[in-house]
Amino acid sequence: MSDSNVAAAAGSWTPEQPIVSLKEVRKSFGDLEVLKGITFDVMKGEVICIIGPSGSGKSTLIRCINALNPIDSGSIRVEGQEVHDAHLDKLALRKKVGMVFQQYNLFPHKTAIQNVMMAPVQVLKQDKAEVEARARKLIAKVRLEGKEESYPGELSGGQQQRVAIARSLAMNPDIMLFDEVTAALDPETVKEVLVTIKELAQDGMTCMLVTHEMGFAREVADHIYFTDRGVIVEHGPPATFFSEAKDPRTQEFLGQIL
Amino acid sequence: MSDLKGDVIEAIQEFFREVAANNPTWNFIFFYEATQWNKVVSGLWMTVQLSVVCVLFSLVIGVVGAGLQGAKSAVLRAIVAGYIQFFRNTPPFVQLLFFYFALGQFTPTYSPDGWLEIPIISNVGWAIISLSFFAGAFNVEIFRAGVEAVPKSTQEAAESLGYTRLQIYGHIVFPLALRVSIPALNNNLVNLVKTTTQAFVIAVPELLYQSVTIWNDYPSAQYPMMTFLFFAYLALVGVVVVGMNNWERAMRIPGYGG
Repeated sequence: MSDSNVAAAAGSWTPEQPIVSLKEVRKSFGDLEVLKGITFDVMKGEVICIIGPSGSGKSTLIRCINALNPIDSGSIRVEGQEVHDAHLDKLALRKKVGMVFQQYNLFPHKTAIQNVMMAPVQVLKQDKAEVEARARKLIAKVRLEGKEESYPGELSGGQQQRVAIARSLAMNPDIMLFDEVTAALDPETVKEVLVTIKELAQDGMTCMLVTHEMGFAREVADHIYFTDRGVIVEHGPPATFFSEAKDPRTQEFLGQIL
Repeated sequence: MSDLKGDVIEAIQEFFREVAANNPTWNFIFFYEATQWNKVVSGLWMTVQLSVVCVLFSLVIGVVGAGLQGAKSAVLRAIVAGYIQFFRNTPPFVQLLFFYFALGQFTPTYSPDGWLEIPIISNVGWAIISLSFFAGAFNVEIFRAGVEAVPKSTQEAAESLGYTRLQIYGHIVFPLALRVSIPALNNNLVNLVKTTTQAFVIAVPELLYQSVTIWNDYPSAQYPMMTFLFFAYLALVGVVVVGMNNWERAMRIPGYGG
């Protein structure tokens, strides 16, 4: 265990290996076991979607990957580094893994551009002028030119969510986690956020999404995982997943949602 | 110009001399006798100094205390809780007496001339300590309520951007909590300014103390002095309220809160 950790920490990971690797991940909240042995790998540049009914552990799963939630047993490796290691360098992990939340969670007392600039300047201690130039490009990338000086409270949900995406990207992550990022949005603004994520995916960013947007999953995902009651019931590329689901639980879920 | 000013002062003094001559109980002696006027000015100045210093210290105590309430150590949290109970649940008048007379006995003294024994903490010093801790106990509670009003999810977003606990408190939680706290803080600081009158009991030469010495010397000045006290505190507290309201306005975030 410790030998392999040391080897992993020493940077033995190569891009040919899974960028995120989960093995037998278990997690309980009190008596309720929400993850009952989850195992899967994600390769660099892949886009995976996790779908499933509410309470099936999707969000918990994605939150464990950047150590927002600890796990009880099993292993999660990001670029070869064990996430649930007491000696984990959390900053190093969080530089690699960006996260976008359902409720955007922007810092309400800072303008859009300040939200994007804060972490690189305050956490990574990068040069402010250089970060600002990058932040302006990111704001443009998420199509919010002209909104740089707006406060989150002055922006629509979709605009706030795109600022949140730009804020995560400002840390130059290798992997992006999206936790039901369109669930709180008006139907009209869902599309603008999905377009932004799609462009990211096309640029080669490794993306893991928890989503209810089946059309989007079908279009963008390389691989779809269906979870129910803490286990992966079924998975596959969208082409086969949607048309050839075998498990009755998957069929029932897809029948309700499509 | 200075002649004009001198003339105006002369006229005012003459007016109040006449009022005193015609109304034996309305002797505004401090408006026409330099010695008494100087007492009023020095009392007012002491009240202003005491207020400013105690406000600053009580704010520091509030911020640090609220921070410690979120500390991992149960001992630290218990100390803060005990401190709040003690200072919030006992009268400030009794606290001043206790600090000055009971604790004052144990303070080291120094001797400038080999004869006199002067305690290193004067009565003004004890008043500052006692009143700051008194108002600070309330400030801790006020800031704690503000801290609790900051959504956990906002802090999680910061955590996922690599912020440490301390950085989250400094850059995100505190600036947001402060805005929530200002109205309650406003009340407490107004109370603190008014409570400085109680330093009278340990002979701190603030405005009330000086006023009482004046009406002890000149009983005919008692009603005028009391009337003056009301207006003086109305003006002092008015300055605090206007200042706090401006601050609140300056801190307002567009599109956030009410």
